[in-house]
Amino acid sequence: MPPDFISNLYVFILAGFVGFELIKKVSPLLHTPLMSLTNALDAIVVVAAIIIAGRHETPLTTALGAVAVAASFSNMVGGFFITDRMLRMFKTGRPKK
Amino acid sequence: MTTAALQQYLDFAYIAAVVLFILSLKWLSSPVSARRGVLAGEIGAALAVTATLFNPELVQYKWIVIALIIGAGVGIPLGMVKMTAVPQRTALSHAFGAASAAMIGIAEYYVHTEHLTRFEMGEIALEVIIGSLTFTGSLIAAGKLQEILPQRPIVYRGQNIVSLSILGAALALAIVLVINPVQHLLFPVMVVVALIFGVMLVTPIGGADMPTVISLLNSYAGFSAALLGFVLNSKVLVVSGALDGSSGFILSVIMCKAMNRSFTNVMFGAFGQVQASAEKGKEERVVRSASAEEAASILEAATRVVVVPGYGMAVAQAQHKVRELYDSLTKRGVDVRFAIHPVAGRMPGHMNVLLAEADVPYDHLMEMDDINGDFPQVDVALVIGANDVTNPAAKTDKSSPIYGMPVLDVERSHTVMVIKRSMNPGFAGIDNPLYYMPNTLMLFGDAKAFVSNIVKELGGGHG
Repeated sequence: MPPDFISNLYVFILAGFVGFELIKKVSPLLHTPLMSLTNALDAIVVVAAIIIAGRHETPLTTALGAVAVAASFSNMVGGFFITDRMLRMFKTGRPKK
Repeated sequence: MTTAALQQYLDFAYIAAVVLFILSLKWLSSPVSARRGVLAGEIGAALAVTATLFNPELVQYKWIVIALIIGAGVGIPLGMVKMTAVPQRTALSHAFGAASAAMIGIAEYYVHTEHLTRFEMGEIALEVIIGSLTFTGSLIAAGKLQEILPQRPIVYRGQNIVSLSILGAALALAIVLVINPVQHLLFPVMVVVALIFGVMLVTPIGGADMPTVISLLNSYAGFSAALLGFVLNSKVLVVSGALDGSSGFILSVIMCKAMNRSFTNVMFGAFGQVQASAEKGKEERVVRSASAEEAASILEAATRVVVVPGYGMAVAQAQHKVRELYDSLTKRGVDVRFAIHPVAGRMPGHMNVLLAEADVPYDHLMEMDDINGDFPQVDVALVIGANDVTNPAAKTDKSSPIYGMPVLDVERSHTVMVIKRSMNPGFAGIDNPLYYMPNTLMLFGDAKAFVSNIVKELGGGHG
């Protein structure tokens, strides 16, 4: 097995545990914003897509990369935007009269 | 600056982004700090994207810039959808995320075909299969939620065998590719087979199971991104994918528990088919109904009221009228709380968002386990557009298809009022004995119109 795989596996397992512990603590009240936020964070694949689109190897890979940039960046922008919109609505006590 | 030094700065930017992502999830745990969590995530993402633009491997920026502009142009409107449309937006974003992960995997295959090791080929094949099936599966889920596609499960004989054979075919093609990666024509066949499997996977699943399906697709989308991190040896992708994947996984487990079902049962059980067995007990069962006027006077006389909202409330767009009812009763000194079942709505936490949008304070939204013990002290439980989550048969009737599912104990309150269009069974076609109980009053009508009539009888929401 390649050494890179082993070090990535370490990172994956540790991050999985961190995620498990953090997400367990999120109140069910916020499960919808949780899903849209993790979605926006997951859109970090845009960094890989940017490299594919900008390395300019073949027209096919450039096209795949560009579409991937558009798809993941829309998740990033839209995900953060809607999460914040939702969270702004959560108010305690009596709101404005 | 030398390339090596630049690469080091880029790595530091990615590490900072990962730290900010973890903080982002940590701060999301409470509504008080949650918006700070979004900000942390935004800074992390901006940092990572900006750093990537300085990557020395990039030779041409034209397509990157165009794609970023298109992405923002699509993402902003998708971030502005109505709260009732959030489930389908979420399913669509799982589709986008999975599609981009799959496309990057495909591009990697074509760039490096000639010198891929078998191990790398295996990683790419697995990543592309998961990404592709999540893409089409999420599109089907979004279509069902948007009601472009029928919400009822679509089933036929031998379906599971057909679906599993298609998955088997995709995996077999992957194995052939691992044995010899240089087969440019076989690779797209594998992608297409995986895309078909995604369609087959979600088509048979009914609308009531969408909270579980969305969570599972979330988890797949996350894990495909993490696998892509393995393929590209990118730790920032491994971490973000693992965070997203574990989040989706935890939510799926919570949703399955809330319906007392297993993953396999959700994926292969085609819940929501009309139950033929529930025809027994057709003898005269008395249903008592009441008018808005009677309902208003009962609510007015109550001290403690618990509202139980379900998906029907969202369908009728009644949440703002429900808030007026809440205001009107609170003004009269009635203690009003909301009991939220984990699977109420079409995705985890959906009902909370809808009520928060209608300005109901979140400290009055109660989780099932926190409120169930209080029902005997509740004067009126008002059920609006919820059915199965209040069905006492889940506790008593072993023959009921939902037997064992945790439900809200509304029948233990002094009076139960149920707003419902007619006596037709609910989405899953399961009879609800709650409606025939001596302490139950049925309020027949459209949820929005009925609640608004009650508010009128109480003398106006804003007096």
